[in-house]
Amino acid sequence: MTLSDMMNIGLMQGFAGLSLFAVLLLMGLGLAIIFGQMGVINMAHGEFMTIGAYSIYLAARVTESLAPAFMPYYFPIAIALAFVFAFITGWIVEWVLIRHLYRRPLDTLLATWGVSLGLQQIFRTFIGPKEVSPTLPEWLMGSWTPHEGLDIPINGLFVLALTALVTSGVLVALHKSRWGLRVRATVANRTMANATGIDTMKTDRLTFAIGCGIAGVAGAAFTTIGSTGPTSGSLYIVDAFLVVTFGGAASLFGTVVSAFGIAQTQSISEFFMTGSMAKVLTLSLIVLILMMRPQGLFAVKVRR
Amino acid sequence: MSRDSDPSSLDALALRRRRLLQGAAALPVMGLSGLSFGQGQFPTAKVNTTKLAVTDTEVTVGQLHSSTGTMAISETGSIQAEQLAIDQINAMGGVLGRKIKVIKEDGASDWPTFAEKSKKLLVNDHCAAVFGCWTSASRKAVLPVFEKENGLLYYPTFYEGLEQSKNVIYTGQEATQQIIWGLDWGAKEKKAKTFFLVGSDYIWPRTSMKIARKHIENFQKGSVKGEEYYPLGHTNFNSLINKIKVAKPDCIFAAVVGGSNVAFYKQLKAAGITGDKQFLLTLAVTEDEMTGVGGENFAGFYSSMKYFQSLDNENNKKFVAAFKAKYGKDAVIGDVTQAGYLGPWLWKAAVEKAGSFDVDKVVAGSPGIELKTAPEGYVKLDANHHLWSKARIGQGQLDGTFKVVAESAELIKPDPFPKGYQ
Repeated sequence: MTLSDMMNIGLMQGFAGLSLFAVLLLMGLGLAIIFGQMGVINMAHGEFMTIGAYSIYLAARVTESLAPAFMPYYFPIAIALAFVFAFITGWIVEWVLIRHLYRRPLDTLLATWGVSLGLQQIFRTFIGPKEVSPTLPEWLMGSWTPHEGLDIPINGLFVLALTALVTSGVLVALHKSRWGLRVRATVANRTMANATGIDTMKTDRLTFAIGCGIAGVAGAAFTTIGSTGPTSGSLYIVDAFLVVTFGGAASLFGTVVSAFGIAQTQSISEFFMTGSMAKVLTLSLIVLILMMRPQGLFAVKVRR
Repeated sequence: MSRDSDPSSLDALALRRRRLLQGAAALPVMGLSGLSFGQGQFPTAKVNTTKLAVTDTEVTVGQLHSSTGTMAISETGSIQAEQLAIDQINAMGGVLGRKIKVIKEDGASDWPTFAEKSKKLLVNDHCAAVFGCWTSASRKAVLPVFEKENGLLYYPTFYEGLEQSKNVIYTGQEATQQIIWGLDWGAKEKKAKTFFLVGSDYIWPRTSMKIARKHIENFQKGSVKGEEYYPLGHTNFNSLINKIKVAKPDCIFAAVVGGSNVAFYKQLKAAGITGDKQFLLTLAVTEDEMTGVGGENFAGFYSSMKYFQSLDNENNKKFVAAFKAKYGKDAVIGDVTQAGYLGPWLWKAAVEKAGSFDVDKVVAGSPGIELKTAPEGYVKLDANHHLWSKARIGQGQLDGTFKVVAESAELIKPDPFPKGYQ
C-alpha cells in the first residue's frame, strides 16, 4: 500500500467519524430539547423520526407520479414537510397526553412508550410492514471524488450540512428568540416563570412540538443512509438516549460534545477491531465515564 | 378463513377469483392428485387414527407466522404464499377429498409466543400439519413442542443447517446448498481468490461464514482477508467500507440482514463501491429486500438463492401470475416466499402417498416425494427432511429485479451436517 493510499483511507476514515457524529447529533437533538428542557422522557422519539422518514417516502411517491421532472428538487421541500408532520403530531400528543403527566416523569416514560407502540402499529397497518426507501434525487447519491481513490459520500456531506444548519438554528433560537427566553426561564424556575407572566403550558407544548419536528428532520435525513420500516424508530432510540444522557441532560452543548466523542470512539475502534467489539468498547467507556460523572459530561448549574 | 386482498368492488373480487381458479386449473396434476379421492375410499376412521382435526369434508391445518412485530416485514410473503397454495389445493378438490381449513396464529415476532401458539395449534386445535416459522430462533422455540406433541411443521426459510427433526420438513436451503456452489461459481467465473466476509451478528450469518471460510481456505485454496459481524439493525458501515478498501478483496461475501441491509448497500454505493467495480455476492438479498434496498443501490451485485421471481419456466410463470392476481400487481416474490408455497404441496403429496393424515405415516411417506410443478423447477425431498434443489446466482438490476446468470446443472443434495465444515 502506498503513502497516498494511506492518506486516502485516513481522510475517508476521518469523514466516516464526522458523518457518524452528524447522525448521532441530529438524532439526539430533538430528544435533548424535550428531555433536557422539559424533563419528559420521550420514548416515542424514534417514531417521530419514522414519521419524518415516511414523509420523504410519501413526497417521493407523489412527485414521481405527478411531476417526474421535479424529482431532482423535491428533497428540500420534503424535509420541511417532514418537520411539519412531526411537529403537528407532537403538538397533538402533547395536548392529549403529555400535559397531564408533567408532574409524573416516570408516567411520561410509560405513556410515550405506549404512543411509540401505537404509532408502530399504525405504520404497519396503514403503510405496510415492508421496509421502503424513497427514490432519492440523483445528486444525493454516489460519491464526490476529488482524486482517484478518494471517495467522499455525498449523502454524508448532506447530512453533515443539515445537522450544522439545524443545530445552529436551535442554538440561535434558544438564546436569541422570545421562545428561547421563555424556555430557559421555564427550565430555570417554572413557578417563577409563571409568576412573571410566561404561559409555561404554551411554552411546553411548543417546545415538545419543536423537539418532535427536529426528530422528523432527523428521520428525513436518514432516508439517505438507511431504510424505513414500522420499527425503524426503535433502532435509533437507544443511540439517541445514549448521546443525551452522556452529554448531560440539560445541556445542548453537552449533546454536541457527547455525539462527537461517541462517534469518534466508535468509528476509530471499528476500523481497528470488529464491529461488535467496537460497540462493546464504546459502551464500556460510556458506562465508566457515567459512573464517575452520573450527571453526564456537562451539567448546567441551576438552582432548583 | 380465506383472505382475499382488499377488492375495490365485487366485480374485481369475482374477476380475481376467476383468475385464481384459472391459475389453479392450469396447474398440472401433482403426484397422485389426478385420481379422485372419495370419502368411500378413505373413510375418516381410517385416515385419522390419532384424533387429528379431520372430518368427512374438512382437514384443519395451522399457520404460524409473525403478522405483527419486527419480523412481519419478512414473514408476510410466506403467509401469502402458503395461503395461495392452500387455496389452489382446495380449488382442485382438497386433500383425500377434504377441503383444507386454516387456523392462523400470530407469533408476533416473539419466540415464547411462537412456542405457546404452536402448543395451542397442536393440543387444542389438533392440526394435521402446521406451516410456519421464519427465523431460526422461532423454529428452535417450537421444536420441543412439535417433538413432544408429535406435530408436523413445514419450515420455509433458508437457514444454517445443523438440525434434523422427525417432526420438521425444511423447504428452504440448508447452509451448504446456498454457499458452496455460489463460492465455486465466484472462483470460476469471477476469478475470486480473496474474500471479505461480512454478516449480521447472530447464528445464521456466523454459521454460514464458518462454512464459507472452511470452503475458501481448505477447498478453494483462497484466502479470507477479513471477517466482520455487526449488530442487527446497525446502520453505519463507513468504517467497515474503509477496511474493505484497505483489504481490496476480489469478492465481498455478505450476509447482512434486515434494515442493516439497506444501509449497507446505500453506503457502499455512496463510497464508490458499485457493481461495475467490485464483485459482491450475498446470501441475504431477495426480491423482498430489494424493495427496501432499491435497485439503484444493488445493481450489478450478485445474490445466491435457489429461486428468483424472474426464473424463466412454465411453472414459475403460472405461480407469479396467480400470486399477482391474488395480492396485486406490485407484489414481489422472494426465495423464502416460494419455499413457503412448496410446503402445502409437499404435505398434500405425502398425505396422498401415505393414504392417511396421521403424522407418523405422513413422515414415513415423505422421503422421496417429488414436485414436478414447483416454481423453482423439479425438487425432491431427501430422507433427511430437506429438499434437493438447484443453486442459482442472480444479478441485481436497476429496476429491482434479478437476472438469473447461473444455475447448477444438477440438483444439490441437502447436507445439514456437512463433514469437514464444522
